[in-house]
Amino acid sequence: MNAYDYGKPTPDPTADTQAYWDGMKQGKLLLQTCSDCGTIRHYPRPVCPACYSMEHRWTEAKGTGTVHSWTISHHAFHPGFKGELPYILVTVDLAEGVRMQAQLKGADASVLKVGLPVRIAFEAATKDLTLPVFVVA
Amino acid sequence: MSLKGKAAITGVGDTRYSRQSGKSVTTLQMEASLAAVRDAGLDPKDIDGIIAYGSMAVVAEDYITNFGIADLRFSAVTPLGGASAVSSIQCAAAAVAAGICNHVLIPISRNGSSGAGGRIGSRVREMPQFRLIGEFEMPLGAIAPAQLYAPMARRHMELYGTTSRQLAEIAVSTRHNAILNGNAMMTKPLSIEDHQASRMISDPLRLYDCSLESDGACAFIVSSMERAQDCAKPVIQVLGVAEGHPDSPSAITQRPDLTRLGLAKAAPKAFAMAGVTHDDIDVAEVYDCFTYIVLCQLEDLGFCKKGEGGAFVQSGAIRLGGKLPINTHGGLLSQAHMAGFNHVVELARQLRGEAGQAQVADARIGLVTGYGDMGDGSIAICARA
Ligand SMILES: [Zn+2]
Repeated sequence: MNAYDYGKPTPDPTADTQAYWDGMKQGKLLLQTCSDCGTIRHYPRPVCPACYSMEHRWTEAKGTGTVHSWTISHHAFHPGFKGELPYILVTVDLAEGVRMQAQLKGADASVLKVGLPVRIAFEAATKDLTLPVFVVA
Repeated sequence: MSLKGKAAITGVGDTRYSRQSGKSVTTLQMEASLAAVRDAGLDPKDIDGIIAYGSMAVVAEDYITNFGIADLRFSAVTPLGGASAVSSIQCAAAAVAAGICNHVLIPISRNGSSGAGGRIGSRVREMPQFRLIGEFEMPLGAIAPAQLYAPMARRHMELYGTTSRQLAEIAVSTRHNAILNGNAMMTKPLSIEDHQASRMISDPLRLYDCSLESDGACAFIVSSMERAQDCAKPVIQVLGVAEGHPDSPSAITQRPDLTRLGLAKAAPKAFAMAGVTHDDIDVAEVYDCFTYIVLCQLEDLGFCKKGEGGAFVQSGAIRLGGKLPINTHGGLLSQAHMAGFNHVVELARQLRGEAGQAQVADARIGLVTGYGDMGDGSIAICARA
């Protein structure tokens, strides 16, 4: 149970990750960028893997990418997802060079292929929590 | 210094595997542990090292109490999920080689089917190594290992043309072996068509690509080579052992190569240490939480090139009587999900010639792998001395 609770698993942000979720709420995909060497990293973490700097800023990603892989879930491993089966989860290579995962909405599974261009969209799960989704670009 | 030949598997034991044990995990684990101690011809008080499976369920302290161990000199945890059992062989071998202790007991027990701990999706979330996927993937609907691993299998299929029927071959041959075992949860024959007709869980993984949830326990003992000579059964020597962690170990999504597991780093080290080649391996117990994970490990082990795992299994190589019989006990897919501890037990039985109807003729050198926590890998190559 936390501030986001709505009958599905919810993020439990830390001081390292809160900015990402605040960005989501404003319709922005924010990524950590190393203040010293400029390397972009995801998922959020304290240390730059390229130069070990602990200083970073949050930069807005373009929100575009291509499909790296995917799965189509036909079984709800949490009751909160029963109503939306089957759903597509795509692993996406973002233009910034990191990956992220989200559901692909508004598309039929037959369009799925490695390299399919997608762009991010934002869905309000509750008044406080916005989740990323992808749509075909 | 190398760990080659410094340690041996001297005792193995297991309980009946079932959907509902009706027993506590402590009782199950003591039953399997006492069986392993007796199998080794030891007294429970001879155990002076324990490697517990995680910090849940049963811990080293329980053994001091139940076995009356006066001087437990070594206790550890190897936190690699399903790679823990085999990683524990490395940990135990290092401990006995350094003279810290003589006989290390490595047990697991679980009421994974009937227990109150909850099914797999809810368990994953509680583990600290999965904090990031708990925050960034589970809220989007990627909850359970089947969903988290399926993109690895899909990527392999798209890059190399691997098919669901090739994955089915792994499920079918494993079931065949389980039926021969006598202590397996799944006892009905399975065909490729049965696999293809089974319901989709997380595409491309169908029901029969997935392992069981099980109640039961098993245990094995790793002893120093010197003290192994005092034990009752033929000495099963550890020739080579290693563990490997993949890049982006906890978040598969961020892994540079989705088709490469930690085992790819560990396997060459273990083969080099053992001084054996792939052709020397008579039998292999390969961690099989999902059929695809077996296929990928066969490649990462070097039995075929990356991308050729589908053709390798389809050739019949992994069946009993094939070039590389695997999971001769029925594995996690059809015997029971004992996190690969049952794979170590089976390897020892094979190399002793105690594997019953699924015995590989003249098996002398074999290997066992572990896979867990989203990609950690471990391997032990063992031989009858
Ligand atoms: Zn940097």
